[in-house]
Amino acid sequence: MKIVVCVKQVPDTWSEKRLDPADQTLDRAAADGVIDELDTYAVEEALKLKESLGDATVVVLAMGPAGAAESLRKALSMGADEAVHIVDDALHGSDALATSLVLAKAIEQIGYDLVLLGSESTDARMGVMAAMLAERLGVPQATLASGVAVDGTSLRVTRMTSAAQEEVAATLPAVVSVLEKINEPRYPSFKGIMAAKSKPTSTLSLADLGIDASSVGLAAAATKVLDSTARPPRGERTIIKDDGDAGARIADFLASRKLL
Amino acid sequence: MPDVLVLIEHADDTVAKASLELLTLARRIGTPVAIAVGGPSPSVVEKLGGYGASTILSTDDESVSSSVTAGVVGLLASLISSREVAAALLPSTAEGKEIAGRLAVRLDAGVLTDAVDVTSSGGEIVVEQSVFGGSTVVHAAATRGVPVITVRSNSVTPEESPATPSVETVSVADDGGRHAAVTSRSPVSAGGRPGLTEASVVVAGGRGVGAAEKFALIEELADVLSGAVGASRAATDAGWYPHAAQVGQTGVTVAPQLYIACGISGAIQHRAGMQTAKTIVAINKDAEAPIFELADFGVVGDLHAVVPQLIAEVRERKG
Ligand SMILES: Cc1cc2nc3c(=O)[nH]c(=O)nc-3n(C[C@H](O)[C@H](O)[C@H](O)COP(=O)(O)OP(=O)(O)OC[C@H]3O[C@@H](n4cnc5c(N)ncnc54)[C@H](O)[C@@H]3O)c2cc1C
Ligand SMILES: Nc1ncnc2c1ncn2[C@@H]1O[C@H](COP(=O)(O)O)[C@@H](O)[C@H]1O
Repeated sequence: MKIVVCVKQVPDTWSEKRLDPADQTLDRAAADGVIDELDTYAVEEALKLKESLGDATVVVLAMGPAGAAESLRKALSMGADEAVHIVDDALHGSDALATSLVLAKAIEQIGYDLVLLGSESTDARMGVMAAMLAERLGVPQATLASGVAVDGTSLRVTRMTSAAQEEVAATLPAVVSVLEKINEPRYPSFKGIMAAKSKPTSTLSLADLGIDASSVGLAAAATKVLDSTARPPRGERTIIKDDGDAGARIADFLASRKLL
Repeated sequence: MPDVLVLIEHADDTVAKASLELLTLARRIGTPVAIAVGGPSPSVVEKLGGYGASTILSTDDESVSSSVTAGVVGLLASLISSREVAAALLPSTAEGKEIAGRLAVRLDAGVLTDAVDVTSSGGEIVVEQSVFGGSTVVHAAATRGVPVITVRSNSVTPEESPATPSVETVSVADDGGRHAAVTSRSPVSAGGRPGLTEASVVVAGGRGVGAAEKFALIEELADVLSGAVGASRAATDAGWYPHAAQVGQTGVTVAPQLYIACGISGAIQHRAGMQTAKTIVAINKDAEAPIFELADFGVVGDLHAVVPQLIAEVRERKG
């Protein structure tokens, strides 16, 4: 059984994110890159499935600039077996459509029974990648998983949406995106960090994937940002200490804003 | 005017407020065509007509309603290839985004998620999005294909515009694809309160609430304000409140008129789901809690003292 986990390098969660005024793409130089937190839950789930299945290989996959290698190394030190890094200058400014094309091509080339992703990235926050990959790969999808069970041929997932809790069944291969409810990611051990250094890591270019550079990147994007503006900071803030009348003071405030 | 396909969320005799918002936006850029999966009841038809749906396309197809999103994708794709369509508008729910993602791939069209406004400017459909936790406002457009747009609820006020819709049944051919099947489903009950994403007031409780039974206090405040109840991950993980109420990165994103955070520290993953609320009130006993950075009005104090007093004040003032 082969499990491919997509991991994305994103600006550190607490950092200020901004668009590069030159081309309206995410200014990656403005913030430290880290592995998307939610993707570590996907890596953890793959490792747990491997432990329960006995015989499985966990391949972590990232598309992104050179720095994304750090995120892959983190996943390898957690215990993933192999890493694949898609890096190509022509990818700069790719939209979701192009990203899904590139990831899907790479996943097919790697070979897979199960693809795991985070349900939403912290920077783009689109929450569309799992569905897009399933569509491209022609396989079932189950998103927002809070539990996953697999045997050799099939998959059962517990999904949690704001409308319902669902049990979902599908045959493998399949694509699954996870919620943070699913597990508690392990920290890389010292041994894991050392072992990661000798694990197989390959780098793929667009040419290696048979993708024409003109079908990805900013120029080929199916969406464009027309303009971006910083929202003015929130208005005046009032912070009070409760002296026994805070409930009434909140009510006054709500009334002043016509919320009561 | 070209059609604007609007995916409707309806159950029994009710239409989600978010769907009425979508119809309102659709009217600005074309002729709204409502897609109601599963035969809509007469009162649903009437409601959709009241908000300007010129046509209602309904389907009873098993393949559309049973698989996770795939059937709807096939339906929308076939409609887009057979009609003149300006855009497809879907709700920014998890399902809405998945349908949008698949549809965009199938049509090789631009997908724009979490729009807070949709306008037409010089023949181009432009969406407004609020990104990076609301710190940046962008305008974006599709450069290829029929724009597939998901819209956040509570972004516009639904406006009535009576029309007498024609109701047509459309059928969908099985797309032959392999899809996941839902084997069981337990819907989440909002306990008679407005839905979390629809509510104009959300009262949310975190670890500071202290216990499952103490959430009754949060519910009571929500009720006097006719609001919905939200929760932080700490509260849902502790089992004090259902996951469906989790506000944040891996829960629901809300943008109500008023958000009251009780005993919530304001971790970045929580803020991701609520920081575009118009007015934010926070009650926390730790003056250093990051939630105060966002609060328009903050109280450093014990929620178990402040909330009951606030409930009493609201009751009294509302008479
Ligand atoms: C991948 C990932 C995804 C996540 N997704 C989400 C998400 O979607 N939503 C979410 O909420 N979190 C999410 N989290 C968790 C998030 O990081 C925080 O851990 C969580 O939001 C904390 O919840 P809290 O504020 O209730 O608890 P705490 O951080 O423990 O804060 C409790 C607060 O209550 C105050 N307090 C205690 N007693 C009282 C009292 N009597 N009166 C008043 N105040 C009191 C304390 O001062 C404290 O500030 C996610 C984390 C990860 C890693
Ligand atoms: N460039 C990328 N490389 C690897 N994985 C990605 C990339 N972009 C998105 N993903 C995966 O898709 C998930 C959802 O991303 P999104 O749809 O952008 O919110 C992320 O949590 C990752 O698992």
